[in-house]
Amino acid sequence: MRFAGKLRRQGWVRVSLLRRLKTAAPLALLLAACGCASDSGGGVSSVRMAAIRSHGQLICGVDGQVSGFSSVAANGRYQGFDVEVCRAVAAALLGSGEKVEFRNVTATQRFPAVASGEIDLLSRNSTVTLGRDAPGGNAMSFAPVVFHDGVGVMVPLASGITSLAGLGGKPICLLSGATTEQALTDGLRRINRRYVPLKFSTIDEMFGAYQQGRCVAVSIDRSALAAQRTTFAVPAAHQILPAVLSKEPLAPATIESDPAWADAVRWIVYALFEAEEQGITQANVAAKLAEAKANPKLAERRRFLGVEGNLGSQLGLGDDFVVKVISAVGNYGEIYRRNVGEASPLNIARGPNRLWKEGGLLFAPPFR
Amino acid sequence: MNGTPWWRDRRVLPWLLQAAVGLAVLVLVALLMTNLVRNLSAAGLLLSWRWLGQPAGFDLSETLLPFDASMPYGRALLAGLLNTLRVIVIALLGSSLLGALVGMAAFSRNGLLRGLARVYVEVVRNVPLLLQLLFWYFLVFLALPDGRAALQLPGLVLAKSGLYLAGFAGGSWQGPQLLNGSWQAPLQLSVEFGALLTGLITYIGAFIAEVVRGGIASVPRGQWEAAGSLGLHGVATLRHIVVPQALRVIVPGLTNQYISLAKASSLALACGFTDLYSVAETTLNQTGRAVEVVLVLLAAYLAIDLLISAAMNGLNRLVQVRER
Repeated sequence: MRFAGKLRRQGWVRVSLLRRLKTAAPLALLLAACGCASDSGGGVSSVRMAAIRSHGQLICGVDGQVSGFSSVAANGRYQGFDVEVCRAVAAALLGSGEKVEFRNVTATQRFPAVASGEIDLLSRNSTVTLGRDAPGGNAMSFAPVVFHDGVGVMVPLASGITSLAGLGGKPICLLSGATTEQALTDGLRRINRRYVPLKFSTIDEMFGAYQQGRCVAVSIDRSALAAQRTTFAVPAAHQILPAVLSKEPLAPATIESDPAWADAVRWIVYALFEAEEQGITQANVAAKLAEAKANPKLAERRRFLGVEGNLGSQLGLGDDFVVKVISAVGNYGEIYRRNVGEASPLNIARGPNRLWKEGGLLFAPPFR
Repeated sequence: MNGTPWWRDRRVLPWLLQAAVGLAVLVLVALLMTNLVRNLSAAGLLLSWRWLGQPAGFDLSETLLPFDASMPYGRALLAGLLNTLRVIVIALLGSSLLGALVGMAAFSRNGLLRGLARVYVEVVRNVPLLLQLLFWYFLVFLALPDGRAALQLPGLVLAKSGLYLAGFAGGSWQGPQLLNGSWQAPLQLSVEFGALLTGLITYIGAFIAEVVRGGIASVPRGQWEAAGSLGLHGVATLRHIVVPQALRVIVPGLTNQYISLAKASSLALACGFTDLYSVAETTLNQTGRAVEVVLVLLAAYLAIDLLISAAMNGLNRLVQVRER
């Protein structure tokens, strides 16, 4: 009898749960419908963009340990080139470059983090490769390349090594799970040299072992070598070898299954290039906008800044998204100068990262 | 006899319950698997194992298996597995020895020894293993001098470039020698391997010491006194009276420690040692086959732990008192 009573009690619980679920289901449907309707991108449907808007913050995956690209300042604020790309996207989507939640991801975590939806945008000096782009590989959707880089090797000046051939048989510190590993192996195999790879999971551990003298060389993207060298006690005692072992085009990435979101990110990055080309800066964007509003003859600039046409809405953003982006972070040239260019300790020359008009590789298709 | 309905029959009910639970587990597993396969195929990522045969394109250091970049991923993973097994086997022996000595030292009549054992256990088992590995690697092994200034002990040289041990080479016993500024020895280990081994042995050793101490403490005081009254001295008392009785308590606790040792060895990457996990990470990154690589990792660690568990269960049956 007692057993039967227990069963009945459990049964009662089950019924009441079911009943609760039944009442909750229409509510959930209603909420989901509201979510779709409130999407401001008239006609543009993107699950990810709707989710970011309802969350109120863009979740951006960064490295967090590469000074100049992404690091945490003394006041706890994220700063750097990759970080400002996140802020640009947040400004376009949410109206403020501050509405970003940064998450540090390791080289190995980064693509699964995008694929699982844990982060909305990956802005972590990631190299575009076929395997990472292809649906049968990592299935990422890459935005335009924001930094053209290449794998390099740094050695202490005192080692006397001046070329790759001098590295044969020597221990070299590497980052586990990055494209640099394969590039270095390929580069040394070409000249019939083998080396002893010492792999670490973070940049700090890798450079720690290098500075302690465990390996005679350290290999990663040349920009990261330049960045890390600034943190050494005597930066001038280390030399980056002239050899560039690979093409490393670094680009932000989003999930492949949401093309509308990928398009929005792609054109936000193009807007950074285009603004530099048109001479629109963080300081003069308000004046340029007023000028465009007053003068109907400036058709190109009027379309770009959203005074006429509906380019922004076609992407599911506001028509004035370019104004918001440039007011928040400035154009590409400003971001570069501030974080990795001559106004920073890294002082990396623009090189291939100049506009196409100046002989570089940066090119934005027309905003029409 | 005929008054008991089947649903209250003690011969039927347990079987029914077992069957129901078994069925529930099967349904759950099937549900998870179909869900995984459906989502993966929706994302165009059906499980595929062809990448195992493709050339790896990356190099590995200090492998037992000869390896270079033109060999396939499968062999790279195997080389990583062998490195992991090498660490586990040596650390298992080392931590058992250390744990046994420290565990017995806790019963020493020498107060200093007792105190040292206590301090070692309390310090080591209360600091995260990852921190300890970083400590051993960066602050101890990488701080070693190199060349002529290297730390030289009889039959052993500790230098930043590696650990050099004496051994048999070409039929004769040879110690480490300095040739043209670099050390040569019959047995060479990298500092990465040394740091990982030291970290694992001291960490797991502290836990084993506690298991051993608990086992010895479980032998009643009267047994010690009885041994004493028979005229047995300290070591003989331990060997013939205390340890055989303590082993019954120690062995099940040891199994846990050995299993956690095997799992903890996957932290090798923190001090730059190439183990299975490290190879798998590079493989995952280059092939993009996240699910497959993680499945390989899961299967490998599960197999290692089940093996340890089976061996220890066998040992446990041997040391249990057979009551007559």
